[in-house]
Amino acid sequence: MARVLLFGRLADQAGWRDRSVDASSLAALRAALAADDPDLAEALVGPGVQVAVDKAIVRGEASLAAATEVAFLPPMSGG
Amino acid sequence: MTTFPSISLTAEAFEPGALVTTFCAGRDETGAVASFVGLARAEQGQARILELEAYPGFTDAAIAQFAEQAKARFDLHDYRIVHRIGRIKPGEAIVFVATAAGHRRAAFEACDFLMDYLKSRAPFWKKEHGPDGERWIEPTARDRTDAERWD
Repeated sequence: MARVLLFGRLADQAGWRDRSVDASSLAALRAALAADDPDLAEALVGPGVQVAVDKAIVRGEASLAAATEVAFLPPMSGG
Repeated sequence: MTTFPSISLTAEAFEPGALVTTFCAGRDETGAVASFVGLARAEQGQARILELEAYPGFTDAAIAQFAEQAKARFDLHDYRIVHRIGRIKPGEAIVFVATAAGHRRAAFEACDFLMDYLKSRAPFWKKEHGPDGERWIEPTARDRTDAERWD
């Protein structure tokens, strides 16, 4: 199970910010989220959205071990 | 969270004067301390509450990485960064930056440099709650050009 975290407008859109999803890769995780909420899955590949796996930014595909944390980060605003 | 002792993300209001006093204490080689305090603006009633979201463990790590670069670039003795998260009322302090250096120029410039980063590139997500509802805010063009002048 991966722990999925959403930030900023992505969390507002989804209506949740922290959820466990059974997936062994980022692609599988996106597919699982899309099955539940296609609009959210589309927003997660939207402009400027970055993905962090265990708090490190990844680009493209990533395999997910158990208890991996996957965060979807919309464009950052600064403080 | 004590992973980065020079950096705090806090949901509690803080008192900037006390932070300066603590930061200045016990230094006998530091000739200059510069500090900056950013306050939440009311924007003529347009912004009643500012809400800042961070990703603990990611946001503070990113700030620490940048601050360590600043420390090397300006030959700082030390720095201190405190940033509010959560809901912030107009007039409350959002951010505190202090820098310590041998001489004033480096302290001033490093403080300015750190603030440009924090305002434009640090991993926060900012929402304004106003009379017409709420909206997410992206960095302004001015914030970006301020940050780019150091590149």
